[in-house]
Amino acid sequence: MEILYLLIPVSVVLVFLIGAVFWWSVRSGQFDDMEGPGYRILMDDDKAKPD
Amino acid sequence: MNTGNCYHCGQHVPADVDLSVNIGDRPRAMCCAGCQAVAQAIADNGLADYYRNRDALPDQPREALPAVLDGLKLYDHADFQKSFVRDLGENEREASLILEGITCAACIWLNEQHLSRLPGVIGADLNYATRRARVRWDERRIKLSDILAAIAAIGYRAYPYDAAKSEELARKERRGALWRVFVAGFGMMQVMMYAIPVYLAGEGDMAPDVEQLMRWASLALTLPVVFYSAAPFFRGAWRDLKLRRAGMDTPVALGVGAAFAASVWATVTASGEVYFDSVTMFVFFLLGGRFLEMTARQHAVGVTEALAKLMPAFADRVSAYPLDRFCERVIAADLRPGDVVVVKPGATIPADGRVLEGVSCANEALLTGESAPVSKRPGSAVTGGAVNIESPLYIRVEQVGEATRLSAIVRLMERAAMEKPRIVELADRIAGHFILALLVIAVAVAVAWWFIDPSKALWITVSVLVVTCPCALSLATPVALTVAGGAMARAGLLVTRSHAIETLARATHFVFDKTGTLTSGRMKLLDAMPLGALDRERCLSLAAALEQASEHPIGAALRLAAGAEIWALDALASDPGCGVSALLSGKRVRLGQLRYVGSLHGQPLPETGAAFCGSGDTAIALGDETGWLALFRIGDEVRPEAAGMVASLRAEGRHVVLLTGDSAAVAQKVARILGVDEVVAGVSPQGKHDYVTRLQAGGAVVAMVGDGVNDAPVLAQAQVSVAMGGGSQLARTQADLILLSENLRHLQKGVAVARRSLGVIRQNLVWSFAYNFVALPLAMFGFITPWMAGIGMSGSSLLVVVNSLRLQKNEQKNGQKNGQEYPRNTEQQSGER
Repeated sequence: MEILYLLIPVSVVLVFLIGAVFWWSVRSGQFDDMEGPGYRILMDDDKAKPD
Repeated sequence: MNTGNCYHCGQHVPADVDLSVNIGDRPRAMCCAGCQAVAQAIADNGLADYYRNRDALPDQPREALPAVLDGLKLYDHADFQKSFVRDLGENEREASLILEGITCAACIWLNEQHLSRLPGVIGADLNYATRRARVRWDERRIKLSDILAAIAAIGYRAYPYDAAKSEELARKERRGALWRVFVAGFGMMQVMMYAIPVYLAGEGDMAPDVEQLMRWASLALTLPVVFYSAAPFFRGAWRDLKLRRAGMDTPVALGVGAAFAASVWATVTASGEVYFDSVTMFVFFLLGGRFLEMTARQHAVGVTEALAKLMPAFADRVSAYPLDRFCERVIAADLRPGDVVVVKPGATIPADGRVLEGVSCANEALLTGESAPVSKRPGSAVTGGAVNIESPLYIRVEQVGEATRLSAIVRLMERAAMEKPRIVELADRIAGHFILALLVIAVAVAVAWWFIDPSKALWITVSVLVVTCPCALSLATPVALTVAGGAMARAGLLVTRSHAIETLARATHFVFDKTGTLTSGRMKLLDAMPLGALDRERCLSLAAALEQASEHPIGAALRLAAGAEIWALDALASDPGCGVSALLSGKRVRLGQLRYVGSLHGQPLPETGAAFCGSGDTAIALGDETGWLALFRIGDEVRPEAAGMVASLRAEGRHVVLLTGDSAAVAQKVARILGVDEVVAGVSPQGKHDYVTRLQAGGAVVAMVGDGVNDAPVLAQAQVSVAMGGGSQLARTQADLILLSENLRHLQKGVAVARRSLGVIRQNLVWSFAYNFVALPLAMFGFITPWMAGIGMSGSSLLVVVNSLRLQKNEQKNGQKNGQEYPRNTEQQSGER
């Protein structure tokens, strides 16, 4: 059971880490547009201009 | 360099930095380029007074610039004030503000009290649902910036109201609240993970140091919940404390604080019980409830905001109208009376005006509640905010900006929203006493349980504090009234006074003025009786031809009713007060009073004719030298929907009275058509006033319905007044309710909504009282744990809000039902036109 002494603090750290990552991802607008990026990947933007 | 600190932000200036700005004729040291730029901008803008006046340093150098540009002093500039400050008198000003940081009904009270105690402030009204404030002050004694500073001093922020800002604030508030809920929920789940093993473990299953470790882990996870998620509660309680009063947040903050502090103590000393799971759980439930309530509230107040957004931002102005149709796009606010604009189909009319060219119809549903489009032709008045439907219209602008009908409507709605009705004040006062009593009870409970079972004393006290918070009580009335006001506005009945809904629902007597209220106020041909050789249609067209140049309403009524037959008339002449005469192929014909026409040929009126004229309406005759040709009866037409409304009012057991200055015969006839049995006819304006006073002396609650212009005294005397809102007098009307659509069916609907909202308020109050009185003993005897208390309290508030929202839902359902009736109603209306 000694492993608990490691696991419990790790779980606390993980909670804060996950919280922080989620906060950052919301802040940086990753949840603002849930559809656009999915389509963007399908668009060809590296084609040369038709001459 | 006289000091080692930055003149702008107060931080230490590093040794290797040498920056300065000239402020007040002296160079001032700056710690960094950022501060220098900001300070320079301030000095350049002539705002160096900021440094003389400030009594605290800016929080962060980076925020200093916007803070100054937003700066309070700026609000005193007349140019800046133009958009949101109105002059009421010589020195009296009124501003529309929006407040940030309003979390509960108590905040409203706090701000109102605080502001009204400032010298020079004449009045301050706040609305909980919209978070908007209307402040009136005397310009000689206090400046707007002082008022804003006073608001800031108690922890709120005020901005001039504008719709975009309001929306942004709402979004920010929602996002912040959601984060708080998320943190609390996340913390709750994790803390529960550490709490469950401790609950499940038998005696001796778990080593004491492992349990202690779990406690520390729980403590770590509860910290953000208490200090971030629950922060609004603590801030609110602190504010209340500073003002030596008890608010809604006080019990909650006490409960959370006490439970958390005790748990921390238990953790540090490794003794006693911990309540981290309870704390997180009940913060989560409280915040969750508050979040849902906020969403519902924001949803409910959309009406005024929707109206304010109706006016388009741009307009197409035709500068050289009749000559050149070229249109340029201008900002709608730049339009001036006299400008000509073109409104394309589907576009919104940018200002009040009159149609010059084009035939179309306009949808005025949001302005009047009338869902059927209204036809527009040259000469028709159009209202800004209505949507043009069919084809382009050229419109000459008559009123712009604040003078438009839409602005008047919005202002009236705001006035209603700002006032606090008596019943709401009463509920607030009761809630205030309730909290004080609650705190006393909580202390008693804590002491009692300390002697019975010290291990339970804490959480029982916390439960008592939380479960009985009277939030539901103080929300019960205002939320219902706000929702009802919105529902009525959508039905075309504008509430301009806060007490109107309640009083309308309680009214025992509905007193109607006749002309312009139960009747349309327009003269109309009611009947025609041919007496001579010509048939009805030809008589009518002849009469209309005789009246072709007349401005008299009777002439207009005849022209409206007549066909298109053309008569060759000579020597058309009018004898004022009698009628008109002309020569028809050499023979004289007359139209007008019976005596005037009779004197032309000297024949007596046939018996059928005498009966025809005896009904009380205006009767006019048409005759030539040989005898009578026709009789016309012209009168004020009864509104088609009036009878249905009278019947429904009577079915509800209310007295309907017809109170008019017209003759008894006319009044009796209208009363007969409508089924009104109480008629008071031939009374002067003073007589009307006396009549209403007499009714009131007998205990009646009088609702007076009038056209709003001619019967102002009697409208003011009645407990609740309804004015017809079709005219241009809208801005000046003092009535409590305005029937924008002039459709009495909407009044009937409004009365129904008012009655229902009174019922909802009653349910809300009964529920919140019952909840508190049941929950209190349960909590006192230890049947309710803190997390249950959290659910109970937020649940009770939420129920009140959801119950009030039903008013909106019901109205929509009724709207759909009535929607089937609309087409019929519209046909009648378009027939009129």
